[in-house]
Amino acid sequence: MDLFLQQTFAGLAFGGIYACVALAVVMIYQATDHLNFAQGEMAMFSTYIAYTLLHHGVPYWWAFLLAMAISFVGGVLVERIIVRPVEGTGVLNEVIVFIGLLAIFNSMAGWIWEYTIKPFPSPFPKHVPFGITFVGPHDFGVIGITLVVLAAVFLFFRFTPIGLAMRAAAQNPDSARLVGIRVGWMLALGWGLAAAIGAVAGMMVAPIVFLEPNMMGGILLYGFAGALLGGISNPVGAVAGGFMVGVLENLVGTYVPFIGSELKLSVALVLIVSVLVFRPSGLFGYVVVKRV
Amino acid sequence: MALLEVSNLEAFYGQTQVLRGLSFKLEEGSVTTILGANGAGKTTTLRAICAMVRTAGELVFDGRRIGGKATESIVRRGIAHVPEGRGTFVRLSAEQNLRLGAYARRDAAGVEQDLERVYGYFPRLKERRGQQAGTLSGGEQQMLAVGRALMMRPRLMLLDEPSFGLAPLLTEELFRILGAISRERQVSMLVVEQNASLALAIADHAYLLETGRIVMSGSAHEIGKDESVRKAYLGY
Repeated sequence: MDLFLQQTFAGLAFGGIYACVALAVVMIYQATDHLNFAQGEMAMFSTYIAYTLLHHGVPYWWAFLLAMAISFVGGVLVERIIVRPVEGTGVLNEVIVFIGLLAIFNSMAGWIWEYTIKPFPSPFPKHVPFGITFVGPHDFGVIGITLVVLAAVFLFFRFTPIGLAMRAAAQNPDSARLVGIRVGWMLALGWGLAAAIGAVAGMMVAPIVFLEPNMMGGILLYGFAGALLGGISNPVGAVAGGFMVGVLENLVGTYVPFIGSELKLSVALVLIVSVLVFRPSGLFGYVVVKRV
Repeated sequence: MALLEVSNLEAFYGQTQVLRGLSFKLEEGSVTTILGANGAGKTTTLRAICAMVRTAGELVFDGRRIGGKATESIVRRGIAHVPEGRGTFVRLSAEQNLRLGAYARRDAAGVEQDLERVYGYFPRLKERRGQQAGTLSGGEQQMLAVGRALMMRPRLMLLDEPSFGLAPLLTEELFRILGAISRERQVSMLVVEQNASLALAIADHAYLLETGRIVMSGSAHEIGKDESVRKAYLGY
């Protein structure tokens, strides 16, 4: 029973990270109908920025917030400068740009910070409060932080005029323009937010997997799996999917002997393929009916 | 001075030219209707004013040129477009749809006032304010589109088939409301309408469009009496 609880909570911690990645991916998907393959590498790059800030003696939480802010601006700039020129020129062009971004961020990180593995600190105290024993201190903190971030994003989209305008722009760009919403900027804002949320995922996962340019590869896959499982058309679903994938992956790795930790990643791939085959809209997704 | 002055307006879908040099004026507080067969370019005329198609020619709104400006900048000057197909934000609530109409406004008190006014015109929308807009009936979504346009507190409304999907009684009610709004609040309107006799009834001016050109213009009263117009568009 203890093992089960431990593995579930460890899974929830990873799930929170996947949920952040899934949410970032879904936000851009909703506005553009494309998966941003560079989301993981952008998060990795943000984590390196935090690393540099910490290295220069900035206190952890300031570095955390600064890295988020820098990532937000970076995300906006990436959309304005690199993505916007190919917007609406066809799926292939946009996907190639996303893959190009992935390669660029990956090599830039390697060039600036080298490919050697670096430790990244965990900001959480060494002991879990309330005498809880079934979850480690970092996992406990990660669950807390990701929940706070996800709640903040939810409140932003639910209750602020700008959040409402962003949803409107993603749902119906033509109508959005007709009420005076600057749709292009809403898209850029979406990229900024996605980058900032991704940064949180990166900084939370780095103490576990260690910082190196390829650290987000697997995480992004799990994020995609979470987004698809929950429903790529529904941000709340994607978040739930992220948590489910985290728990599922951990429990399967623990209890199914032949999978262990080596085959864990294939759980994500099996999940992606099964969702696409059996329920393409995901568990909580909207089925879009198009009239022809 | 005319509120909207259109000269030599051309519009294109890809290589196809749809409008071939329209020129007309809309007076402040007046209602104008465009008649014409399917494919004559009525919808395109409305879309061209809001820069939703590629255009050439001169557009002057309230003394300032709006040709070549982006849609969102044009509508912020006070032009509300009720689009063909209603343009509902289907996954937002009815009230959120209405509030989005006031997105560019900064007078919070005026927005609340206008929201109540819209609910006054369309009590059905008040009943369904919290409901997801995509689940509203066609007629309710049409009211929502008109309501959203009113929330912009516009000076000019472009109405594309406002009666689309409405029951006959509601259609009459809607046109009565539109007439009242135009009179009381000095809102100019440019109406494209399947039901030509209804449109002519509230209009001051009318234009007849054929394959992208204006072939007849005059007061709504005169046009309504014209033999050929009556046969082709009014059915008697």
